[in-house]
Amino acid sequence: MGEDTDTRKINHSFLRDHSYVTEADIISTVEFNHTGELLATGDKGGRVVIFQREPESKNTPHSQGEYDVYSTFQSHEPEFDYLKSLEIEEKINKIKWLPQQNAAHSLLSTNDKTIKLWKITERDKRPEGYNLKDEEGKLKDLSTVTSLQVPVLKPMDLMVEVSPRRVFANGHTYHINSISVNSDCETYMSADDLRINLWHLAITDRSFNIVDIKPANMEDLTEVITASEFHPHHCNLFVYSSSKGSLRLCDMRAAALCDKHSKLFEEPEDPSNRSFFSEIISSVSDVKFSHSGRYMLTRDYLTVKVWDLNMEARPIETYQVHDYLRSKLCSLYENDCIFDKFECAWNGSDSVIMTGAYNNFFRMFDRNTKRDVTLEASRESSKPRAVLKPRRVCAGGKRRRDDISVDSLDFTKKILHTAWHPAENIIAIAATNNLYIFQDKVSSEMH
Amino acid sequence: MMLSKGLKRKREEEEEEKEALAVDAWWLDPSHPAVAQAPPAVASSSLFDLSVLKLHHSLRQSEPDLRHLVLVVNTLRRIQASMVPTASLPPVPSVPAAPGMADNLLASSDAALSASMASLLEDLSHIEGLSQAPQPLADEGPPGRPTGGAPPGLGALDLLGPATGCLLDDGLEGLFEDIDTSMYDSELWAPASEGLKPGPEDGPVKEQAPELDEAELDYLMDVLVGTQALERPPGPGR
Repeated sequence: MGEDTDTRKINHSFLRDHSYVTEADIISTVEFNHTGELLATGDKGGRVVIFQREPESKNTPHSQGEYDVYSTFQSHEPEFDYLKSLEIEEKINKIKWLPQQNAAHSLLSTNDKTIKLWKITERDKRPEGYNLKDEEGKLKDLSTVTSLQVPVLKPMDLMVEVSPRRVFANGHTYHINSISVNSDCETYMSADDLRINLWHLAITDRSFNIVDIKPANMEDLTEVITASEFHPHHCNLFVYSSSKGSLRLCDMRAAALCDKHSKLFEEPEDPSNRSFFSEIISSVSDVKFSHSGRYMLTRDYLTVKVWDLNMEARPIETYQVHDYLRSKLCSLYENDCIFDKFECAWNGSDSVIMTGAYNNFFRMFDRNTKRDVTLEASRESSKPRAVLKPRRVCAGGKRRRDDISVDSLDFTKKILHTAWHPAENIIAIAATNNLYIFQDKVSSEMH
Repeated sequence: MMLSKGLKRKREEEEEEKEALAVDAWWLDPSHPAVAQAPPAVASSSLFDLSVLKLHHSLRQSEPDLRHLVLVVNTLRRIQASMVPTASLPPVPSVPAAPGMADNLLASSDAALSASMASLLEDLSHIEGLSQAPQPLADEGPPGRPTGGAPPGLGALDLLGPATGCLLDDGLEGLFEDIDTSMYDSELWAPASEGLKPGPEDGPVKEQAPELDEAELDYLMDVLVGTQALERPPGPGR
């Protein structure tokens, strides 16, 4: 599969809606809610910004379904751990939405140490006509009250209120890298480098430790947990990935402590590609179950892989994200880029997968047609409402006019966080401190 | 298999270290020895040095990124294995106690370390309501240097690399003098059940990077508190 196909044949006409500059704060996580109506971002400053999709309106066809800011709040503040004399960063590592069960929306946000449950409610009416208070809230002189009135609810400007409902603290010694809400909607898990805990959403003062890979002697430590997720349908199953590139599927029904995996997914090292950096580039930075629950998607430094839950020996599909970096691994090790953790995402139908790369590029792979495309998220390269132009990285050989050469890639512009709307072809791309939301216009006509 | 720590460099090396980690364009030069088209069968010494540098840098963080640390250590092990493929590494010779040779930086850092340990344990006792338990440990301070025998586990990560200049001023002996091996025989690594045993020797204080290893502190707190209550999960299945 290559990028030599005529761009007109690739059905991917994306429109660019807006770019939101979040005041020079670097976005650290992006997550759609279960309907796609809301999009939450977390940043390095501990803030969460929620965007809401405007309902489509026939009157203004150009602004159909665009995302506007819905609410902004400070989720985490910097803290100081006095026992260890360490500052705890307020950076939001992950946000996960809870399935909506009433009029309110709820989400979990976490930094390195503490998870918080936030409830987001709307207020668009307020009562007027109190008997004992006047309009400013001052108590009335009772002698002036001659009749009884029933307060009436009057409309007011929409107010979005966010309140912290639970704080799940002191559960982790090491840095939390993932949280995942269980399909039972009652529990969730949080994973740090060495342990995974199971929490009940209503109970903050205790949690169950379900995975512990801390060796008795820290000198013997050779592997850490890098990501974890609950199965979307089976509330007893979850997967966690490691820095050695393995995936472990665990069944909570089998034992209270899930140190023994039910299944171990590992691909043997390719001897032709072996190098000193083999382990680093095999470290899994993200793992996501497909919506169907049948597959898992993993991202390591150079590839994304699709795994079938029924086959542990190797992935069923492997896609090269930026194989031209393979000869540059030593340099990328030197400048620490080789440790960058990219995320990956499925589209709603599990037919296309997406992941970020360098130079503000992101990649999409169509599993059915085996076509792939490289796109760029930057203001310079696209104007609002323009169609994104596919990009190509030239690693030598014949070079076309708009190709970018490998040596001119900007490794400080990394797209680590991407998200795909659960049902439609809308994607959210975080490029450092900018958020891009791209929408596929064609799909709305085709489906 | 182990994590090595406390790699010391001369003070002036710290400045070079910062420069080495800055991103510049030298690595784009295809003729540079470190930029290889194919992985070399034997690592160049510059790759080894780079890894040691990274390890040192990682360990100096107040709260090391465990993933980064583990990956660097494993990579360093691979590199080292390729450089010394057959020779089995000799046990570390007993290191002479040399408090006098420590430069001012180390001396002051030891004092600071003892002070911070003592105050830490004092804080802990206030919080946990323990009255006497911290005292014995505070008195002996950080564990001393090994005075004999091979520390267990000093296997693959012996830094018997080629002469790097900065590490091998006195030849091989000088290299071993610099390595902080206290963690391999420190009582802190003993199983938790042994509780508050006195430390190994009342020898010279160990030379160590000023910041306490996070894992070490973690273990220390576990031991002192007696339960693992500081980690909120009470245990499996409860």
